[in-house]
Amino acid sequence: MKNSESMENEGLLVRRIKNGTVIDHISPGEALNVVKILGITGTTQEALSIATNVPSRNMEKKDIVKLNNRELSKEEVDRIALISPKATINIIRNFKVFEKKGVETPTLIEGVVRCPNPGCISNTHEPIRSRFLVKENGLHCIYCDWVITGDIPSHII
Amino acid sequence: MRHIISIGDFDREWIDSLLDHADRIDGKQYDSHALGGKILAVLFFEPSTRTRLSFESAIARLGGTSLTVGSVEACSIAKGETLADTIRVVSGYADAIVIRHPKEGAARLASEFSTVPVINAGDGAGQHPSQTLLDLYTIRQSMPIEGIDIALIGDLRYGRTAHSLASALSHYNARLHTLCPRGLELPETLSTRLAEKGMEIIPHENITDIIPEVDVLYVTRVQRERFPDSASYFNVSSSYRITPELLSDAKKHLIVLHPLPRVDEIDPRVDEMPHAKYFEQSRNGVPVRMAMLLQVMQ
Repeated sequence: MKNSESMENEGLLVRRIKNGTVIDHISPGEALNVVKILGITGTTQEALSIATNVPSRNMEKKDIVKLNNRELSKEEVDRIALISPKATINIIRNFKVFEKKGVETPTLIEGVVRCPNPGCISNTHEPIRSRFLVKENGLHCIYCDWVITGDIPSHII
Repeated sequence: MRHIISIGDFDREWIDSLLDHADRIDGKQYDSHALGGKILAVLFFEPSTRTRLSFESAIARLGGTSLTVGSVEACSIAKGETLADTIRVVSGYADAIVIRHPKEGAARLASEFSTVPVINAGDGAGQHPSQTLLDLYTIRQSMPIEGIDIALIGDLRYGRTAHSLASALSHYNARLHTLCPRGLELPETLSTRLAEKGMEIIPHENITDIIPEVDVLYVTRVQRERFPDSASYFNVSSSYRITPELLSDAKKHLIVLHPLPRVDEIDPRVDEMPHAKYFEQSRNGVPVRMAMLLQVMQ
């Protein structure tokens, strides 16, 4: 019974999309943060599918996000590395995988996370986007030097 | 175009070279018309006496002139203009901008919107590179900076002069001793970064333990508003007060520095002791800032 349920669910989860992006091998539980870091909100016009804690051969469990009719840019893809470095990106065109790639940790992220320092100029009405250098020990605010060392999702704008 | 925003942007070679230049300026080896016809905009969005006057003195001694906006209330920021717009406009009026602002990162932002060099004269609890350079210059007048034991005393959390100096000293294998009220310790991100650079940081709880250990006492003001009431402020500030009696255990060559203004941190009787270097430190602001202006404006 369990197997058939799982098969049925899997059938739904892996249902192919015609055009768009499938983000696979997301660390389990991070799919919603991936959506958040991509700036996708409830107002999106396109179909968006999110699956969490899906059984996976390589990872035991994984999350999957499918975006219909939207191909992610490299900048967007690389943001995902901040929260799920093992994610893979499949660009789908006419039901076929047109391109498959991993995510690369960016050296600089703009407008993705908010500086936690209330005294930072990036938290004012100035016409700038937050900018962080991505270093081994965390994200460094280029304005005030504040370092975000953990829980990046909670700082996503 | 070179900006001077954070001491962390510069290596030891650059710092040493600037201090050497300041030294030559101090020895009157400079062209008093070097910046003739040049204009320095002095944008101070926070109160200042020493930094502002010494920048104005520095540009005047080099033959240039300065523009100031007076108080914040008198300028367009008070009307809601963004700093970015102010900088865009002012950079059309001057050849360089010196800025002090209450927000951390303000000078970095200014450098992104300016078409002329920007010098940070203090941004919130962040950086104050010109103060750091004159602090280093003052230390160097008394002893080589390499390998010194230095105590940072006072408000180490919000004190930008302490942050900037600690960062710069990581180039010189200095050992850092700290003494501060609970809750006003060095920000963790800064102490982690210093430790990563190999700097030894030794926290202390008692001023008497520090005095015999160090070559430099760097005293900063603990602001009254950091404490819930006057009584706790006086308790803390009196426990850090530098007195001649306390200095009786000091090394002979120990120097006492303070970015000023001081309130109660240093007993006025210390002023007459050979250890007291804070007024020379303040005076050194002019040659050091002259060297900075020449660096970015020439």
